[in-house]
Amino acid sequence: MVGTYLGMPAFPEAARDAVRDERLRSNLTHATHTIRDKRAKAVAELPDWGRLRAAGAAIKDRTLRHLDHYLERLEESVTAAGGQVHWAADAREANRIVTRLVRETGEEEVVKVKSMATQEIGLNAALTAAGIRANETDLAELIVQLGDDLPSHILVPAIHRNRGEIRDIFAERMADWGRPAPEGLTDSPRDLAEAARLHLRQKFLNAKVGVSGANFMVAETGTMVVVESEGNGRMCLTLPETLISVVGIEKVVPTWRDLEVFLQLLPRSSTAERMNPYTSMWTGTTEGDGPRTFHLVLLDNGRTDTLADTVGRQALRCIRCSACLNVCPVYERAGGHAYGSAYPGPIGAILTPQLRGVASELDASLPYASSLCGACYEVCPVAIDIPEALVHLRERVVEGGEVTVRGTRTTVRPARGHAAERAAMRASRWALDHPGVLRAGQRVAGRARRLAPRRLPGPGRAWTDTRDIPALPAESFRDWWRRTREKPTRESGNGTKGAGR
Amino acid sequence: MSGRDVVLGRVRRALADVPRDESPDDVPVARDYATTHSPADAVETLAENLADYRALVHRADAAALPGLIARLLAERGSRSVVTPPGLPPEWLSGTPEDVRRVADAADATPHDLDAVDSVVTGCALAIAETGTIVLDGGPDQGRRRITLVPDHHICVVRVPDQVVDSVPRALPLLVPDRPLTWISGPSATSDIELDRVEGVHGPRTLEVVLVRA
Ligand code: SF4
Repeated sequence: MVGTYLGMPAFPEAARDAVRDERLRSNLTHATHTIRDKRAKAVAELPDWGRLRAAGAAIKDRTLRHLDHYLERLEESVTAAGGQVHWAADAREANRIVTRLVRETGEEEVVKVKSMATQEIGLNAALTAAGIRANETDLAELIVQLGDDLPSHILVPAIHRNRGEIRDIFAERMADWGRPAPEGLTDSPRDLAEAARLHLRQKFLNAKVGVSGANFMVAETGTMVVVESEGNGRMCLTLPETLISVVGIEKVVPTWRDLEVFLQLLPRSSTAERMNPYTSMWTGTTEGDGPRTFHLVLLDNGRTDTLADTVGRQALRCIRCSACLNVCPVYERAGGHAYGSAYPGPIGAILTPQLRGVASELDASLPYASSLCGACYEVCPVAIDIPEALVHLRERVVEGGEVTVRGTRTTVRPARGHAAERAAMRASRWALDHPGVLRAGQRVAGRARRLAPRRLPGPGRAWTDTRDIPALPAESFRDWWRRTREKPTRESGNGTKGAGR
Repeated sequence: MSGRDVVLGRVRRALADVPRDESPDDVPVARDYATTHSPADAVETLAENLADYRALVHRADAAALPGLIARLLAERGSRSVVTPPGLPPEWLSGTPEDVRRVADAADATPHDLDAVDSVVTGCALAIAETGTIVLDGGPDQGRRRITLVPDHHICVVRVPDQVVDSVPRALPLLVPDRPLTWISGPSATSDIELDRVEGVHGPRTLEVVLVRA
C-alpha cells in the first residue's frame, strides 16, 4: 500500500480540497444520508434501544475501569484454549511481532480482513518492507488497495469512489495482484462484485496465513468475535493454517452474556441491519476445524494514554459502528481523508489526537473539526459524549496541561502562537464558514451550556479571557426561532437537515 | 521489560483515579433491556426476516423433506454435495445416487471443496428477531469451511424446537468454545455506491428449510 497518512495537511486545508471535489461531495452526501435513514428505521424496531445503549456504555465503562483485570483474564482464557497472546506497546512493536510470526510460517503472502487496528499501525507497509505481500480482501479495501489510495469511511472505506472509477481501477490493476478482471467488465455493482469474487477466490483457497482484527474479545471465555458482511472474513478466519489477530486492548468485554447487548447495538447502528450477514466466533483453536495456530496481538499504541484522561477515556468505548460519521455535517462536507488517520469523522476527531497526542498541526486541528451540534452523541450506540470530549481536547490544545504520552505523564505547552493554534483556528473558522455546518453549530451554545466550560475554547478564548462568559439564554435565538416559527423536524436530536438546507 | 509488563503497567497507572477497593462488579450495569421483543409467532418472524435478507425459505414436514432437498439440488443443477458426518441419512434419501456425496474430510483441501456444488447441513439454532441461523460445528453441520466454500447452502431448521426469539435467548444455549458461525442471509456488500449486491464470498445462495416435526 502506497498511501500514507503521514505528512497530511492539517484538517482545514484537507477539508477545503475535499469541498472543491464535487464528485466526492455528492458520493458522500448520497451515502451518509442513505445509511442514516436506514439506521433510524432499524433502531426504531427496538423499543428498548435506550436501555441497550445505556447497558452498552456501562459494560464498556466497567471494562475500562478494570482493564488490567480483564486483559489478564482474557490472556488466561485464550491461552487455555490453545491460542498464543502477544503484547505490543506501540505500532512498531506490533508490526515487528506480526512480521516475525508470518516469517516463522515461511510464507510470503497473507490474506487480510478489514481491520482498523492494522490500518492504524500501518501493518501493510511494514509487511511489504519485509517482503511479505498483504492482500486486502474486503471489497472496499480491495478498491482502496488497488487504487493506491486511503480508506475514507469506517464502514465503507471506498465511499469516495463511484462505480466508473472502481471499474477502471479493477480493469487496470487487478492483473498486477493476481487474477485479472474479466474482459469487458461493466460498471454495474453486480459485475464488479463478481470480478472481486473471482480475483480473491484464488487467494483464499491458497492462503496459509490470515490476518484480522476483532470486534469483541470475551475475557471470560477467550472468544474472539468478527462481524462482517461479505464472507471474506470467514474465508480469512477459517481457511488458513495460521491466524494472527491484531486487536486494540479496549475491545475486550467481560462476559459471554455481554455479547447480547453488543450484537444488538452494532449491526443496527452500523449497517442498519437486524443482523449482519456473517458473524464468526472462535475460541483459541479447534482440533480439525480452522487454523491450527492462533496468535492474538494485543495493541496499546496510545490507548493507555487515552485511558489516563478521565474525560477522554470514553472514546475507548467506541465499537466502530460509524453512525457518528453518517450524521456529521462536517464529515459530510470534508470527507474522511481530511481527518488524516484511520479514524475519520467525529470519533476520529476525539480519538486520533488522544492516540497520537496533539503535538502536530493536524492533531491539534482535529478537535476543531466540529460544530458541536451533538448529532454524533445522539446516534452513538455506546453514548460517547463526543462534544464533551471535543471541548475538553480544545482546552488542552489552547491551554496545554497534563497529558500522558507513551505511558509517561508530561505537560504540554499551550498551542498559543504556534502553528498548531493557527491550524486550529482555521479549522474552527472552516466549520463556522459553511452554512450547513453553521446551522448545526447553532446548537453549540446549547450544548456548551450544559458542559459549562470555564472559558470558550479555541478562537473564542481570547475574548473570554478578559470577560466573564455572559449568561447565555437557556435556548439559542435560532433554536427559539425554529421552535416557535417552524414545524418541528421529523427526527429529534438531529437538526442538521431541516428547513433551509 | 516485556511488552506485557509495559502495557499492563501503563493501564494501571492510567487508572489511578479508580479507588483501589473498587471491584468490577461495583460498576453498575443495568440489564433492564428486553430479553425478547416477543414476536407473536417466532417461526413466522424467522421466515420473514430470513426472506427479508434474501435467504430462500421453504417449509416441509419430515416426510416431505427428502423430496424437497432432492428438488432444490436438482433445480440448481447440483452434481455433487458435501455432507457432514452426522447428517441424518434420510435427508438425502430422495436425492439420486448420481449426485456425488462428498464427505467432510479432514484432508480435503479448500480447492477440493471449491469443486463441489452444494452443501446440506442442520444448525445449532435459529434466531427469529434477527433472521439468523447459527452453526456450531455439530455432527450435522461439520467443519466451518464446508458451509463456506461451496456456492449453495441448504440449511435445515427444525421448527419450532430450534427457534429462539432473540439474541439474549440464543447466547445461553450456545457453547463458546465451539467455533460458531452466525448467518443472516447470504453474504452481501454495499461497498459500491451503497447498492446492495447479494452474494460476494461464501455461498451466494442460501436456502433455509423449516421442518415441522
Ligand atoms: S463513536 Fe459511537 S457512533 Fe461513532 S463509531 Fe464509535 S460507537 Fe459508533
